[in-house]
Amino acid sequence: MTFEPTRGAALAAEGRLPSERVALVDLLDRLLAGGVVISGDLVLSIADIDLVRISIRALITSIRESEAYDDLDQF
Amino acid sequence: MAADAGTYLYAVAHGAGAAPPEELTGVAGAPVRAITRAGLAAYVSTVPLDEFGEEPLRRSMEDLDWLDRTARAHHHVVEEVARRTVTVPVRLVTVYSGDDQVRALLDERHDDFTQALARVAGRREWGVKVYAGSGERADPGTKDDGRDEGTSASSPGMAYLKRRQASLRGREEAMRRAWERAERVHDVLRSIAVASRRHRVQDPQLSGRAEGMVLNGAYLVEDDRSQEFARVLEELRAQGGEIELTGPWAPYSFAMLDDPVDHGGAA
Repeated sequence: MTFEPTRGAALAAEGRLPSERVALVDLLDRLLAGGVVISGDLVLSIADIDLVRISIRALITSIRESEAYDDLDQF
Repeated sequence: MAADAGTYLYAVAHGAGAAPPEELTGVAGAPVRAITRAGLAAYVSTVPLDEFGEEPLRRSMEDLDWLDRTARAHHHVVEEVARRTVTVPVRLVTVYSGDDQVRALLDERHDDFTQALARVAGRREWGVKVYAGSGERADPGTKDDGRDEGTSASSPGMAYLKRRQASLRGREEAMRRAWERAERVHDVLRSIAVASRRHRVQDPQLSGRAEGMVLNGAYLVEDDRSQEFARVLEELRAQGGEIELTGPWAPYSFAMLDDPVDHGGAA
C-alpha cells in the first residue's frame, strides 16, 4: 500500500483549525497542563499550578482530580 | 520598567531570526517583542499588573471570557512563533517583573532550554481523542418505559428490575470495551510517537459530546512519520469508535525543562 506525499498535508488539514476555532477546552488542556513551568523567585506572578488548579476547579467543577489520566511517557 | 507593568512570557526559541512578526499582539492587545540572550529568544509582551498581578489573576481565572480571550491570545503568539522556528511554549500566565528577569532566566536556564528545544525539533504534537461509540453510550432508561417486553417475570416491578440490571450490565460492558479500545489506540499511537502523554479525559459538558471520552492523548511525532501516524489513525478508525484528531499543535504537552519541580502537572 503506497501513500501520496500529500498524506501528511491531509492529516494537517484535518487537524488544523484557525486559532479562533480551536476548542477552548483542548487549548486549556495544553496551556494549563502543558508548557514550560518556570519556578523560582524571578517570577512575579506565576503560572502557579495551585492557583490554576483551584481556579479551574471552581470554574469547571466537572473536571475530576481523581481521574488523573495525566501520565507522560518520558523521552 | 514601571512597577505597574510586568513582562509576560509566551515561548522560548533559538535566537537566530528572532524578530517576531510585525504587528503581532499578545494578551491585553500589547505588541509582542523578542528578548534575545545567549543564543535564545524569549517572546514577551508588557502587561499591566492591575490585570496580571497575583490578586487580580485569582479573580480573572474564574472569568471564562477572560480565560478564553487570554488563552487564545497566548496560543496565537505561540503559533506564530512556532510556525517560523523550533519553539518551546511556556505555560499560560507566566509573568516576570521586567525584561531583565527574563534575560536572567535565559542565562540561567540556557542549557535546559537548549535541551528542551532539541527534544521538540522536527516534531509536532497531535491530539487524539477517543469517544465511546454510540452503541456504547451510557444511556440507561430509554427502554425502561414500563412495558414488559416478553420477560417471564412474575410482576411488572420484577421485570423492571431485571431490565434495569441488564441495562446496567450492558452499559458497564460497553464502557469496559471503550476503555479497552482507548488503551489499544494509545499503545498503537504511542509506538509511532517519540513521546506521549494522556491528558485528563474531558467531561461531556466540556467536550460537547454525549459519548464519554475515553482517551485524551497527546503524541509528539517526527515530521517524517506523520504520514504513518495518519495511516495508522485511519486503520484505528476503521476498527470502530469515534476518534477525533487535533493539531498539529506547538509542543505544549512536551515542553518541559529538566527540573525536579517541573513535571508539567504529570502527577
